[in-house]
Amino acid sequence: MYTMATSIAHRITGIVLSVGLVVLVGWLFAAASGAERYAQASALLSTGFMKLLIAGWLLAFCYHLCNGIRHLNWDLGRGLEKAEARRSAIVVVAVAVALAAALIYAAFFAGVPR
Amino acid sequence: MAEFRLPPNSRIDRDGKVHEAPAGATNVRAFKVYRYDPDGGGNPRVDTYKVDMDDCGPMVLDALIKIKNEVDPSLSFRRSCREGICGSCAMNIDGANTLACTMSCADVKADVKIHPLPHMPVVKDLVTDLTQFYAQYASVKPWLQSRTPAQPDRERLQSPEDQEKIDRPSACILCACCSTSCPSYWWNGDRYLGPAALLAAYRWIVDSRDDATGERLDALQDPFRLYRCHTIMNCTEACPKDLNPAKAIAEVKKMMVEREHL
Repeated sequence: MYTMATSIAHRITGIVLSVGLVVLVGWLFAAASGAERYAQASALLSTGFMKLLIAGWLLAFCYHLCNGIRHLNWDLGRGLEKAEARRSAIVVVAVAVALAAALIYAAFFAGVPR
Repeated sequence: MAEFRLPPNSRIDRDGKVHEAPAGATNVRAFKVYRYDPDGGGNPRVDTYKVDMDDCGPMVLDALIKIKNEVDPSLSFRRSCREGICGSCAMNIDGANTLACTMSCADVKADVKIHPLPHMPVVKDLVTDLTQFYAQYASVKPWLQSRTPAQPDRERLQSPEDQEKIDRPSACILCACCSTSCPSYWWNGDRYLGPAALLAAYRWIVDSRDDATGERLDALQDPFRLYRCHTIMNCTEACPKDLNPAKAIAEVKKMMVEREHL
């Protein structure tokens, strides 16, 4: 049950990250195109809706990273017993949510010094 | 490739016939069973059978046999040993593949939903066509291949440690619960061997008496046959014998890497 859900979530977050990568590249393009373009892009990315999307991408990134490490362990032949795989599913979700919460706090609420 | 909807002729009519329990029954449970008649020409449907559990054995197979004997003889399903060793009565019960004979009705909450093994061609009702599944098992050559002549007066002996390696994998009953729970097998079942066949391959690869290890690994060195396994773990979750095909496949993948780089 948990193992199935984490597998599906791994695929979905992978697709979400691919889409997010396009936005990231767009932002980098803007940064490379001079101050004016960068200001435009920053304004676009600072809207509430975009912040919500970015928070979603951060969560997807954290989850995909943590579950990716779980997959690397499996590839080494470790943690493949049924009980271990169920436990690691819960651990991955918990760590990913905590990591994403910390990143979202740092990005939007901690007040980045300018 | 992935199919997210059933073809039109396979869409299931959820409101099939309802067979009421006999009058006076107090402990009644509903069994919602997938029905498909190839000769009828209609789409599959789900029939409801209300069974008096005070007059029925505890397992899902007991209920199916009672339904077939007393209510509806047209219901088709495979069964034989009724004790989890023949693998005939594998089906999808309450959303998970398992054996009807070892699955207790008490372990299912609400109505007992019974479908055939997922993503397999349905012959009739709960009977699926397993021809390809068996062919895939045969393709891993599940027999001993030894280059040393057998001694005339004794068996080929193994150490207890070597026996331990094949002890659990040998317990596979080929019920197909694992392979038919695997999304990779659903989508690439024509080229991916599936967990059951790969568990069998592993069982012979690690057998200390078998000399064809290299050839067996060669046969699996293929983008589809072995490497469509993405460690989804459904196989291990589904296995009614508590075996671990996912781990066996991971071990074979490790052997593939080791023989190339060590």
